[in-house]
Formats: sequence, C-alpha cells, structure tokens
Amino acid sequence: MLLRGNILNSILLLVLLACALSVVTSQHKARKLLIELQSEKDVAQQLEVEWGQLQLEQSTWATPSRIGKIAEQKLQMQLPGVEQITLIRVEPNGQTKHQP
Amino acid sequence: MNYAASAHQDITAKLPGWRAAVLFGVLLIGFAGLLGRGVYLQGINDDFLQKKGDARYSRVVEVSAHRGMISDRNGEPLAVSTPVESVWASPSDVEADEGKIRKLAKILGMESNKVRQRLFNSKRDFVYLKRQLPPAQIEKVVSLNIPGVLLQREYRRYYPTGEQTSQILGFTGKDDNGQEGLELALQDLLAGEPGSKRVIKDRRGHIVEDIGSLRVPKHGNDVELSIDSNIQYLAYRELKDAVIKHKAKSGSVVVLDPRSGEVLALANYPSFNPNNRSKVSVQSIRNRAITDVFEPGSTMKPFTVAAAVEVGIIDANTTVDTENGVFAIGRRKIHDLHPEATMTVAQIIQKSSNVGAAKIALSLEPEILWNALAESGFGASTGSEFPGEAAGKLRDVKTWRPIEQATISYGHGISVNLLQLARAYTIFANNGELKPISLLKLDKPVAGRKVFSDRTTNSIRAMLETVAHEGGTAPLAQVTGYRVAGKTGTSHKLENGKYVKRYIASFVGFVPASDPRLVIAVMLDEPSNGQHYGGQVAGPIFSKIAGTALHMMKVPNDAPLDNNHLVSNDLMGREI
Repeated sequence: MLLRGNILNSILLLVLLACALSVVTSQHKARKLLIELQSEKDVAQQLEVEWGQLQLEQSTWATPSRIGKIAEQKLQMQLPGVEQITLIRVEPNGQTKHQP
Repeated sequence: MNYAASAHQDITAKLPGWRAAVLFGVLLIGFAGLLGRGVYLQGINDDFLQKKGDARYSRVVEVSAHRGMISDRNGEPLAVSTPVESVWASPSDVEADEGKIRKLAKILGMESNKVRQRLFNSKRDFVYLKRQLPPAQIEKVVSLNIPGVLLQREYRRYYPTGEQTSQILGFTGKDDNGQEGLELALQDLLAGEPGSKRVIKDRRGHIVEDIGSLRVPKHGNDVELSIDSNIQYLAYRELKDAVIKHKAKSGSVVVLDPRSGEVLALANYPSFNPNNRSKVSVQSIRNRAITDVFEPGSTMKPFTVAAAVEVGIIDANTTVDTENGVFAIGRRKIHDLHPEATMTVAQIIQKSSNVGAAKIALSLEPEILWNALAESGFGASTGSEFPGEAAGKLRDVKTWRPIEQATISYGHGISVNLLQLARAYTIFANNGELKPISLLKLDKPVAGRKVFSDRTTNSIRAMLETVAHEGGTAPLAQVTGYRVAGKTGTSHKLENGKYVKRYIASFVGFVPASDPRLVIAVMLDEPSNGQHYGGQVAGPIFSKIAGTALHMMKVPNDAPLDNNHLVSNDLMGREI
C-alpha cells in the first residue's frame, strides 16, 4: 500500500516535471514563431508597398499618351482609317460574319 | 576551559522570560505589517505595480493604415498612395563634419548654408530637412549615416493619369485627406484609420507576444470609378487640341453610358497636374463640366419639341409658320440664322430654328413645358454627388411671361451644367428613361424614371439624326460607319445682364443612333478663332471622340462606310 503510493507519487512527479518543462519550451517556441510571424508581416507590408509602387510605375509607363507617341514617332505606326477596319461578328454557332 | 564554562553560565543566567515574548510580539507586528502591505499592493491597489511591471516590457505600437486606391472601371489605377520618406533632424543629436553636411545638402538639393542653419541654429527638437523624397535619394541619405538625421515615413498620393483626370479626382493634402473632387466626396470610404495594439517586446526590441488590439486599424477601401481611362484620354486629347485650335477660354467634354447613367469620361481643359501642384491656379482646379452653369442655347430645343410631341399637338411632319425668320413677342424679336417661310417640326430641329421652337413652346401650357424640362432633370442635381455641383436654374413656372416661355424653348433664360445636359440626352438614347448619374462603377442597373414615351423618343431621335446630315447644322459631327443623332448649340454669353458677342459652342449627341451606346456632350467657352458655331467647333470634337471610342468598344457599324454627307431628304422621307 505504502509502496504503491510512493510509486504513483513519483510517476506524478515525473509527469509534472515533464509538463512544466514543456510549458517552458512551448512558450519559447510560441515567442519564436511570433517573431517570425511579425517579420513575415513586415515583409508582406513591404511587398504591398512595392506592389503599389510597381502598379504606379506600370501605369505611368503605360499611359495612352506615351504609347501613342512611341507608336507614332518611333515605330512609325498610325491609326487605321475606318475604311481599313472590318468588323467581324461571331455568331453563336461559332461562324463568323462580315459586317457591312 | 574555566573561562568557557563561566561564559556559558552568564548567558543562561541573564535571560528574562519577557524578552522572548517582546521579540516575538515585535516580529509578529512586523509580519502583520508586511502582510497588510502585501494585501494592499496585491489585492486592493494592484494596478500601480502592474503598471510599473508593464512599463518594463509592454509597448503600444501604431499599426498604419493606407488610403484606398482609386481605379477606373477596368482596374487601372488613377490614384495610389505610396509611402515616401521625409528627412528630419534632431538638432541636439546631430554630429556631422563639414564634408558630410555638404554631401547631405547635395543629395537633398539644398544649399549647404541652409542645411547647416537648420541643423545647428535651431532651438527646436524636430526640424524637417526635406519632405517626401524619392527612394533613390533616401538610400543615399541613409548611407551617409549621420547621427541625429532621421527618416519618417509618410504617405503620398500619386496620379498616374495626371492632368487628364485631375478635376474629377481632385487631390489630397499633405496628411492624405481629400481636399477636392472625388477625393473629398469619397473621403469616408477612402480614408484609412491607423490602429494601435499592445505588445510585449523583448530586450532586442522583438515583439514576443501580442496582447491585444487597442484599436483595430481600418484600411481605406479601394474605389472603382465608372471612368474608362482610354475614353478619358481620348476625350481629353481631342478637347485640348480643339480648345487650343479655336483659342477658346476653356472647354469640357462629358461621355455617358446612356443605359446605366455611368460617366465614362469627363474632361476639362485647361487642366493641371495633380502630382505637382506648385503652380496651380484655382481656375484650373474647377470641374467646369459639373460646377459651372451656362445657358445651353439650341440644345434645349429637342426637349421643347418632345414636350409637344408627347401631348400630341404636333408630330415630325407638322408644318410651322416660321415667319421668314423674325418673330416678335411684345417688344422683343426672335431671329433665325437660316430664315424660312415655313418649316416642318423635323426641319426646326435640323436647322435649329428659334422662331419655330418658340412657336411650339407658346402653343403649350406653360406647366406642361416646365414639367417636361423638370422631369428631364433640369434645375436639379444629377445625382453625381460631386462636391460643388451646380444644379442650374429652371425658373418657377409661375414667374414665366410669354417671352420667357419662348426663350427657354431655345435654351435662353435657363442655366444648366454640361453633365446635366448630357444626362438629359440619355432620355432620347435610352427609350425615354432617365437614370441618375453615377461616377462610380455600378454592379447592377439602377432604376430610372420614364420621362417620354417610346413613340416620342423614337420620333425625336429620328429628327436628331438629320442634324448631322447634309442640310443640318452639324454635318461635321458625322462619324464614318455609324449613325449619329445630336443637336448643336450656340449661345451668347450673358455679362452684367446683357447678351454680348461672345459665345458658348456646344454639341450633344449619341451614337450609334440605332442602338445608342455613348452620349457625348461637348462645350467650348468663347471660341475666338473665327468660328463660334456649335456645329463648326464642337461637332468635330464629338465626331473624333465617338469614332475612336466606338471602335475601342468594338461596336458594330450601323451605317455604310460611305455615309459621310448622306442626302438628308432620303432619310427624312423614310423615317419621319
């Protein structure tokens, strides 16, 4: 009886010790992960900022006036006249048909 | 040995019993005191220590929120906030030699004397050296590594489309709050609210635990406008060319989708560059198409005629005695530019007869005419919710005298803004239905209001088509391959209550007439290079914008490609 009680107690003691240590390690892990999360969040924000700047840059390069100028002056292109455009209507059955 | 024994004897002999009791009592009181203090600090007045403890590791950090993006209907960015750094200094901490200061001044593009003065002769703890620098310069400043010279992150708004959209979008101030235009109107939607949260930081400044939000940051919402930036560019380019060519004071263009009431383009010239507002005049900031009113002139005639057709007193073929171009009401005389003895109602629209329009107006009860105009949206807001929108003026019918009833029929004695005028024409383009104007992209159609019957609008539409034909006032508004319906307007400007020889030229129309997809209104203020008629000045702008826009939208042709200058009689005979 007494012996069995002692064994139980020492097992519980060991379990308690294990629990206590795991609390410490998981707390440590949690903090490490949080730091990681935080730095990822910073990266995400940095990327978002960059995305905004890239969008801006793209739309600045792609302004119709700039494209028009390059197309006309550098590439010697011109807007086709109405006579040079043919509209083709795609019928529901996939057939194409010339517009008058 | 003897000594030790006697010492022991001494001690035991001299200890009285009460001493232990007193000592015990004192200790007990001491413990009670400690216990009391402990209970007090832990249980009753516990926040003091809690605060002291928190102050060691807990910090409140700001969580920034950015202002929402404004984009066009296809998602192209029109206004974007992006962080920029400002360089500031804490003068008392600055340590820099002459060489470094000279380098810093060079990077910032300032005189080194000025930089030195800011750094050393200032009693403040915080001086801006330069605000909102581009990233490349910031890197150079950082690489100098001067103690006491620091960076601060701020948001700055950029407008990639620049002057093309500046009056619609408006702009924001230094603190990124809307000051003009849609930036102001949509402030609540766009603005972000920075939040804050409490965290636990370790010795190295890492956040190790997130205790909780004090205030959740609210990022600004992105807003999609109804504007199509391609059509907007087109409209702005053609308008700018025309204003310069005709030496006009200013000009505006509005392009609407008649089916939904969405504004596809709204351009004004002169304009300004919102990215660099150092030399901006107040005049160029105004969104004239919405905030300025003018007397529309002949572009009002279709509404007069529609009111009369609706009640059934006339139709397109009714002949009106146009009195050889001069018609007297009391002491006032109304003149026609192209005098005729008689005209059909269709010809009154086609040739823009003032006498004819006045006679039709006078044959109506004033209330009926007033109702038709009010129902068409004149004298009331368009629903655009643009800041500073001018509703225009439609005088109360009770104050109308016959001369006013006559002049209003051809657009004098009434004031409108260009957006309002364009919106009113959606009635003819959209089978009599009038929708509220929207500057934002609509997900689902909004309910409109039926103003005129299908029969009336079909008849008016056919009349408006003849305007761009040979014999009409605006053959130059013709678009190759598409049928055009529209009306010219040329009105004298009012100055100090008198009409002067300066003009406002306008054209409002829609294409393709068989199934309208675009309503375009063009207005030029004081064209003064020889030409001033709406058909000469505004018509070609309409034609250029409409032709290119229809191709961009891949709208099928509804007329043969050799339709320019069609013989009008042919069509009139068939359709009216």
